[in-house]
Amino acid sequence: MRAKKSKTLPGFGISLGVTMSYVSFIVLIPMFSLALESADLGPRGFWRLATDSRTLAAIRVSFLCSLAAALINTVFGLILAWTIVRYRFPFRRLIDGLIELPFALPTAVAGISLTVLTADKGWVGYPFALLGIKLAYAKIGIIIAITFVTIPFVARAVQPVLERLSPDLEEAGLLLGAGRARIFLKIILPEIFPALLTGFSLAFARGLGEYGSVIFIAGNKPFSTEIVPLIIMSKLEQFNYDQATAVAILTLVASFAIMFAVNRIQTRAALFAGEK
Amino acid sequence: MYVELSGINKSFGSFQAARDVSFVLAEGTLGALLGPSGSGKTTILRMIAGLESPDAGDIRVGGVRVNDVRPSQRGVGFVFQNYALFRYMTVFDNIAFGLRSQKAPKAKIQERVGELLALVNMEGLEKRYPGQLSGGQRQRVAFARALAPSPRLLLLDEPFAAIDAKVRRDLRSWLRGMIDRLRITSIFVTHDQAEAIEVADQIIITNGGRVEQTGTPLELYREPATPFVARFVGDSQVLEGYGRLVGFGGAPPDGQCAIRPEFISVCPPGEPVQYENSAEEAEVVSLAFRGSSLEVGLRVKEFALTAGYSLESGPLSVGDKVKILIFRVYAFQGEKVKLVNNDRLASLGNGYNFAI
Amino acid sequence: MAYVREERGWARLILITVSFLFVALMLILPLAQVLSKAFEHGIKPFWEAVSDEYSVKAARLSALTAILAVLLNTFFGIAAAWAITRFAFRGKGFLITIIDIPFAVSPVIAGLVFVMTFGRLGWAYPFLQEHDLKIIFATPGLVLATIFVTLPFVAREIIPVLAARGTDEEEAAVLMGAGLWRTFWKVTLPHIRWALLYGIILCSARAMGEFGAVSVVSGHLRGKTNTLPLHIEILFREYHTLQSFSVATILVIVAILILIARHVVERVGRKEAEYYVR
Repeated sequence: MRAKKSKTLPGFGISLGVTMSYVSFIVLIPMFSLALESADLGPRGFWRLATDSRTLAAIRVSFLCSLAAALINTVFGLILAWTIVRYRFPFRRLIDGLIELPFALPTAVAGISLTVLTADKGWVGYPFALLGIKLAYAKIGIIIAITFVTIPFVARAVQPVLERLSPDLEEAGLLLGAGRARIFLKIILPEIFPALLTGFSLAFARGLGEYGSVIFIAGNKPFSTEIVPLIIMSKLEQFNYDQATAVAILTLVASFAIMFAVNRIQTRAALFAGEK
Repeated sequence: MYVELSGINKSFGSFQAARDVSFVLAEGTLGALLGPSGSGKTTILRMIAGLESPDAGDIRVGGVRVNDVRPSQRGVGFVFQNYALFRYMTVFDNIAFGLRSQKAPKAKIQERVGELLALVNMEGLEKRYPGQLSGGQRQRVAFARALAPSPRLLLLDEPFAAIDAKVRRDLRSWLRGMIDRLRITSIFVTHDQAEAIEVADQIIITNGGRVEQTGTPLELYREPATPFVARFVGDSQVLEGYGRLVGFGGAPPDGQCAIRPEFISVCPPGEPVQYENSAEEAEVVSLAFRGSSLEVGLRVKEFALTAGYSLESGPLSVGDKVKILIFRVYAFQGEKVKLVNNDRLASLGNGYNFAI
Repeated sequence: MAYVREERGWARLILITVSFLFVALMLILPLAQVLSKAFEHGIKPFWEAVSDEYSVKAARLSALTAILAVLLNTFFGIAAAWAITRFAFRGKGFLITIIDIPFAVSPVIAGLVFVMTFGRLGWAYPFLQEHDLKIIFATPGLVLATIFVTLPFVAREIIPVLAARGTDEEEAAVLMGAGLWRTFWKVTLPHIRWALLYGIILCSARAMGEFGAVSVVSGHLRGKTNTLPLHIEILFREYHTLQSFSVATILVIVAILILIARHVVERVGRKEAEYYVR
């Protein structure tokens, strides 16, 4: 990390020194310890531990529930962003502010509240229970919890893009004879698609790792409502550090792949933004 | 008349963007909506397109009232100020957009887009995205996109504003040539009087939401109807109390007028003056080279005037005392303007009558 | 309003209704549930639960970890933003990626990496034993895990603001003889103060509420390594629902205060930006 100090400004050494020591101590060395531990396992051992049938079942649950939640939030996030940006109505600001709630509310609080709410005797759970549908302690419960904590991602990614979208584009489409549906699909959607995809990916990634809100509502039955972070947690509690590490590494790889994808989406979107 | 606006009013909250706007434009001509920013010209254009609806008044295109016709059914092509190209579509898809809205057959679209690409000299660039084009190229794509569905009326909002000065001149004459070739009725919005005068057949001057005057560029230049037009068109200067100038004694004491550089003739120092008793004493206070002639700043009594001076007319330097002749001025009479000739030069007749 | 945007009729009505229903069901109802459970039997049991010895201890520990995490991450965020936006150096892209890592990592894994470093099997364990230091299942572990999870917040908010602003003002200050300290306080800080405050608010919110990461490193020693969220978990698991929701109410109030503060900071910051840009 050799410096090319080109500016006249002071403080390069100290600011970079502080930054590098800090990230090394907080992020790099601990992450490295994890890698070190997994290296001891060897590839075969790693694979055996990371893919036992119970873990595979948990991966399936985590994947499907996060996907469902991310899709739900893509639809409603887009609707929320659209409504807030395009329409003026009472309590608009309140809705705008409340969207952030899941970021401010501790996940454990969300977890216990959603659990009581959707339990068979809860306000929401009761009518469903009458119909024979179980919300809490089932996969639907997991989806509800993940949906709650990832509400802000899509809405907050799309909102600024919608705000900046020039009305000229829609007017041009209108004058060229396009109907509302075609204007939305052909003109607006391509403009907001990178943001939509970014929001979706971030929500999905967060869903895969979410722990606090899910464990209360999930019921945590092995092979049915157990999520990956919980596997890691329970292996840790059994002092099975090897398997906890193996599963964690697998999850990390998935998270980094998503992060990388988001980066690519944003770079690509920036390419088109040349006009403005 | 092809485009006809009568009694148009439009307000945005407390701001009145159009007040009783009426004008007509003949088929096949190029009209310019000229005015300072905030004068309502863009609003008028957008109302013709149907992007805004007037609070009162009628808009007719081809003799038919279009107030209630949806924008897409009005048959207008619109070139936006910043072009509003769809940046996620290629040049081809941008131009084809309107045709696809009409569900035109594929072969027809291919053919028409090809025609337009040739028309705007963009062949071979149809696979590019707007982000990869220069400003001038984007403007031509925007133009082609507006023309693709064969509109009967072409509207352009400040078509040259986003382009740097060098390219702008070329584009102006290119656009003029293109519209002549296509014989399509067009209206463009501009705040640049030189641009309007150079390009348009008919100019509609707007100010504060009102139409001040309409006419050919020459008519507006020669016979401004209101003080605003007299001031706005040409390099006019406004004088107060011009009755103190030699030859304009009939003016009211605080009379205002506009005067143009070409109304003033500077007699080279040392040369005999033809109409000695009609001439004013002046002092040269500044000299600037303006390409083919000199711009002379003059002090006459308490007035500061600007006049042109041919490079062939002999040496002139700052501080020189010279004689000048003022042929005529545009006298403001309330909301009207009257051309007033120098009464001591009356024998010369009105030399300001010529025809093109 | 222009033609395109003056949308009336069904689409508008349906979309607004859907938004209201979604927000009511997904956001307001859970909040109402917390309050309703907490005050099920009036204010007295609520107050008893909140003022319970262990609740107060948990609140203190939460506050301590949050304050430490916010302080250190703020200091780090400023240093990182200064280095990244003011100088060109090799590996900058890599550094930016590292700063983002905590956003991408599951909280449970965030806790796990510290267990693997300082825990019984960690390579640093012998050293810690020798010097009689305890990190895992102790307060330092909680603080470390919280710092890890909230590391990007402040840096992420101020980096774009500093990057967008260019360096000419600072260069001018330095040319006129100002040192690093003065340049930062007098020239740079006024530009980034709202972004900084915004980042601090986000950082505090997450630090107060972090559950997964601290859960891994805490060992759940009641009265010693229990933060508020962990305390809520234990109460809930032991079927002390009312107590659990009463403590949760405190965090709901904090969350709402944070939302309001955030909103105010955003508005004031935007107004000020408009004022100075003019």
